[in-house]
Amino acid sequence: MLLEIEDVSLLYGRIQALHGISLTVAEGEIVALIGANGAGKSTTMRAVSGIRPVASGRIRFDGEDITKLRADLRVRRGLCQAPEGRGIFPGMSVLENLDMGAYTRRDRAGIAQDLNRVLELFPRLAERRKQPGGTLSGGEQQMLAVGRALMSRPKLLLLDEPSMGLAPMLIQQIFSIITEINQQGTTILLVEQNAQQALARAHRAYVLETGRIVKSGTGADLLHDPSVKEAYLGVA
Amino acid sequence: MTTVLERVRSGREAAGERWRSAPRWVRWALLIAVIAFFYALPNREFYQYLGPIPTPGANFTQVMFTVSIYVLLAVGLNIVVGFAGLLDLGYFGFFAVGAYTVAVLTSPSSDLKTLWPWLLAVPVAIALTMVSGVMLGTPTLRLRGDYLALVTLGFAEMIRIAAVSSEFLKGQRGFNQIPHPPGQYADGRPVFGVLDARPYYWLVLTLIILVVIGVRNLTNSRVGRAWISIREDEDAAQLMGVPTFKFKLWAFAAGAAIAGLAGALFAGKQNFVNSQNFELLNSIIILAAVIFGGSGNIVGAIVGGGLVAYMIERFRGIELFGVELYEYRFLFFGVVLVVMMIFRPEGLIPNRRRAAEFKDRRKEVTVGE
Ligand SMILES: Nc1ncnc2c1ncn2[C@@H]1O[C@H](COP(=O)(O)OP(=O)(O)O)[C@@H](O)[C@H]1O
Ligand SMILES: [Mg+2]
Repeated sequence: MLLEIEDVSLLYGRIQALHGISLTVAEGEIVALIGANGAGKSTTMRAVSGIRPVASGRIRFDGEDITKLRADLRVRRGLCQAPEGRGIFPGMSVLENLDMGAYTRRDRAGIAQDLNRVLELFPRLAERRKQPGGTLSGGEQQMLAVGRALMSRPKLLLLDEPSMGLAPMLIQQIFSIITEINQQGTTILLVEQNAQQALARAHRAYVLETGRIVKSGTGADLLHDPSVKEAYLGVA
Repeated sequence: MTTVLERVRSGREAAGERWRSAPRWVRWALLIAVIAFFYALPNREFYQYLGPIPTPGANFTQVMFTVSIYVLLAVGLNIVVGFAGLLDLGYFGFFAVGAYTVAVLTSPSSDLKTLWPWLLAVPVAIALTMVSGVMLGTPTLRLRGDYLALVTLGFAEMIRIAAVSSEFLKGQRGFNQIPHPPGQYADGRPVFGVLDARPYYWLVLTLIILVVIGVRNLTNSRVGRAWISIREDEDAAQLMGVPTFKFKLWAFAAGAAIAGLAGALFAGKQNFVNSQNFELLNSIIILAAVIFGGSGNIVGAIVGGGLVAYMIERFRGIELFGVELYEYRFLFFGVVLVVMMIFRPEGLIPNRRRAAEFKDRRKEVTVGE
């Protein structure tokens, strides 16, 4: 397993946001984590990327225990997140943003190669390379956030609601790019409220409800599960 | 009103554009001319031709020394506030640590009676301010939010109270006979004397240039990129693998060290240090100067620090309808700041990035409504 989360709980002060969740991601997979607003999806991501300490439980990545490892060192191990709400650097140009994605790397040749790859994946970004990130449209910022995370050449890419606030056309586009990234060899843990698309693209998925995993299965299974249909797919 | 503002704005943008696109030699020539102007400035033979610039109510050379100290402080605080985005409300506390370290180690009034020469005390002063910066930053910089502002505020106040009431720091009586920097003219007169402030000013000016060169190199490096990323979005910086705590601590300690240097220079010039030199207001003035000039921009910090310190002194000795304007200097200062924050929150000479960050934040506000 590339990522193993075992019985992880997390507290915000006295509010418990995660109640002992466990999930795994195998190499090469797209695993989706779906759930309503406030279920704890972003919190799970924060626990994995290390910007919030967990209260109990263990997180293993690539065979090593990273539960207590600092966030920036996890990036060096090959774990990179595109944060919720884009979280791009607004004053930096598109290229500078992408360059920040490669902050932990020093192999110039490899970085240049990955830059080309990202600009090929996202031609819009190539057109706007000198523009400050803050002046991009919502969809472009989302692409920049994904592209920037790719620049670290992660083993595991964490995506927190990459389709949030996008027009339907762009949602399609971003999801096909996610599939493409995966087919090029990057493992992906994907958090989404857009359950329909996420389940259709994911190999496996987990359903999170108020800080607990209540269901898991292959994407296709959950897509046809009656209770999932009712709760998350808007079908009665 | 807005059209005037817009015209001013576009005029300044055009000026900035022209500066950036000017040939290299033109920029160098201009830069050298500006530096030469400031070296020449404290000479009476030069400044008597400058019309209203010399201060009527105070010795202009002394004023220029004060201004130069403020500029050095603004350059240092700009690293902390402007580059790393950390709100330090007690920056003057580090200045006090620097000045008092020199006083304690060199003055005959000190209990230590070490009587060191000034130059020997300077590195100790810088090291000690850096250490106090690290001690203050280590517990607070791990936390987010306003803790740092509160802790630095408390720190500056603590230093002031220690200065006022501790026996060791001599309160109002202070330390006297602090030695001057070394150096003699050919005829045996000391370079750094009591009457002539010019050599001190030139010394500070030279140090400002060196510090600015250092800071510029730093900001164009990986360190600078890390600082800017922390300022723009700390979570995102961490997610990109930037060790945010380490770099915040570095910015904080580097800023503190520069303030310590300024304090040591001040002590060496003044000859005398007591508790009245370190009011809280000074911290606020420097912070305001950095923001006023355009935080995140070295030139902005220099202009802000210089203008604010100079304007305050410029009011001295001017009477209007029988009131001395100097009495109301902080009122004017406050009004100017408020007006600035309304019409130009990014400062006089903003950093281009910083301007984009402000636009982004405004957008966030409107989206959130
Ligand atoms: N910084 C925080 N402080 C306190 N509570 C938080 C914080 N962030 C999230 N929460 C709470 O934790 C729960 C899970 O939030 P989150 O993980 O953001 O949900 P999701 O991403 O699934 O919408 C929510 O109840 C939310 O209010
Ligand atoms: Mg969320």
